[in-house]
Amino acid sequence: MAVAVTKIPAELKSKFDELESRGKYPKRLSMLVPALHIAQEHYGWISGDAVAAVAEFLGVPENYVKGCASFYSMFFMDKPGKYVIQVCHNATCQLLGAEDIIAHLEEKLGVETGKTTPDGKFTVLAVECLAACGRGPVIQINNREYHENMNIRKVDELLETLK
Amino acid sequence: MAEETRVVMQDIDVPGMASLDVFVKRGGYLALKKALKMTPDEVIAEVKKSGLRGKGGAGFSAGQKWSFIPKTPGPKYLCVNADESEPGTFKDQMILEFVPHRMIEGAVIAGYAFGATHIFIYIRGEFWKEINIVQKAVDEAYAAGYLGKGVCGSDYSVECTVHPGAGAYICGEETSLLESLEGRRGEPKMKPPFPAIRGLYDRPTIINNVETLATVPAIIERGADWHLSLGTKESPGIKMFSVSGHVNKPGVYEIAYGTNQLDFIETLCGGVSGGKLKAIIPGGSSVPVMPAANCDCPLSYEGLHAAGSMLGSAGMIVMNEHTCMVKMLEVISRFYAHESCGKCTVCREGTHWMTMILRRILRGEGKMEDLDTLKEAADGIEMKSFCPLGDAAAWPVQSFLKHFRHEFVDYIEGRKKMLPKYKPVGTIGHEKLPARAY
Ligand code: SF4
Ligand code: FES
Repeated sequence: MAVAVTKIPAELKSKFDELESRGKYPKRLSMLVPALHIAQEHYGWISGDAVAAVAEFLGVPENYVKGCASFYSMFFMDKPGKYVIQVCHNATCQLLGAEDIIAHLEEKLGVETGKTTPDGKFTVLAVECLAACGRGPVIQINNREYHENMNIRKVDELLETLK
Repeated sequence: MAEETRVVMQDIDVPGMASLDVFVKRGGYLALKKALKMTPDEVIAEVKKSGLRGKGGAGFSAGQKWSFIPKTPGPKYLCVNADESEPGTFKDQMILEFVPHRMIEGAVIAGYAFGATHIFIYIRGEFWKEINIVQKAVDEAYAAGYLGKGVCGSDYSVECTVHPGAGAYICGEETSLLESLEGRRGEPKMKPPFPAIRGLYDRPTIINNVETLATVPAIIERGADWHLSLGTKESPGIKMFSVSGHVNKPGVYEIAYGTNQLDFIETLCGGVSGGKLKAIIPGGSSVPVMPAANCDCPLSYEGLHAAGSMLGSAGMIVMNEHTCMVKMLEVISRFYAHESCGKCTVCREGTHWMTMILRRILRGEGKMEDLDTLKEAADGIEMKSFCPLGDAAAWPVQSFLKHFRHEFVDYIEGRKKMLPKYKPVGTIGHEKLPARAY
């Protein structure tokens, strides 16, 4: 008899279990997006292990998980740097100088938008509206912290804090 | 002189308003208690009478929407649409962060009115902080008996789940939101059946915007007539506007419908910054742009319509005289190309095509025919795409060409050259293009 091998590490499993008890979803599959967030937090990106863990938790094939995850822009399907610097370059942020900020980051970090520095520390992404337009230009770090009313000087200060 | 009329935002500056304690001290959840003493039909009738229109963009009557839910037994769902992502729009974020209980209270009242058994609050994934704040508020509301079994001692019971999105503008569209919530790619579905008949898990479902629900408690508390006494006949009540771009005081303002647009910008938003007014996009990036000459109009559904634009999500983007309209349109077009779910050809290909043409014009390689092609491409998407994202992508192109054609011609005829800092960056569409492939 085959023994089921679980691909979910214990720490991740307990977070999934918490989601299950809190969410009260009528259907299990509804936990897909929240579970992907949890897995991404654990692995840093939607790695093969992350996909396997979510697939096992939901009881769906891995390719299903991958197909959905790649639809959403917050899930990193490639391994990003330690700090993902997302610069909004949409309507208002663009009006207020977002593209200068992107150009500055590219020059200062020596990396093109969409790429990661060779030391694996920074990934620079140009993203669409982050719904903080009133305080633009806006940068978000690792899908989490917002940094608002940015300018070149503040970008430099921010980089200093990301060690 | 334009002035604020704060209703949803009335106590937004009170420290600790996000907590249940302070919210209840300021009169929170009294409207819910009042609603529970009315019959569900009375609640719907009051909201219908108030003329409350959905504040997410389409502006449909909220009470009427609720009345579409069949009275059959079984699970019914309310989905709170907190997936705010239209460029220029950031009003709901204020509610989520500072007065989440007002939205929850409105949601429970709505749920009671049409018999929702479960409320899902779908919040855009980037709002990490707000998701935690709302989750905390939901936990508090459960503990105090405003959610869960027997709300406030009545026989009405309702569950509530806070659900994160993951960065897809299209999930703000009702059917995509439901697809995403069910654990699939957030692609729009064919209507009918409408969600009110067959929505989440194939059950009757209402999807309401955060601000719409946050307005409901005040209507129950003060009555439909109070709501009708504000605003205009066709646009009763108040509306939160988010203002960004070239103004001295960007931010969120709650004003009565019908307030004059120019007065609003002058008096409340501190006036245009960096030069004279050139244009306004009044309702989020998708609505037609208004040149300064057309901007002297009331901020209401009918007022903006008459002035050639739309109220949309009331995300107002103000542009001064130094704004490059070709660049602005390229950015907006890129947004729709990026956010197109890719399901239907006109939108997927059309948005991409329009962006590429605009980039070519910006590079100084455009031809006069390009302007006709752009117009044709936009006309080919409008009303012919599967979901409203297609129209949203077409309207800016049509209106920018209509009002600012000369600026496009300047690039084509070489009178204007792209400054280096205006180089488009980033990826568009679904394939990963090299950053500089424009
Ligand atoms: S119009 Fe665009 S977003 Fe809507 S279904 Fe078609 S491809 Fe998807
Ligand atoms: S345009 Fe940058 S946050 Fe909206």
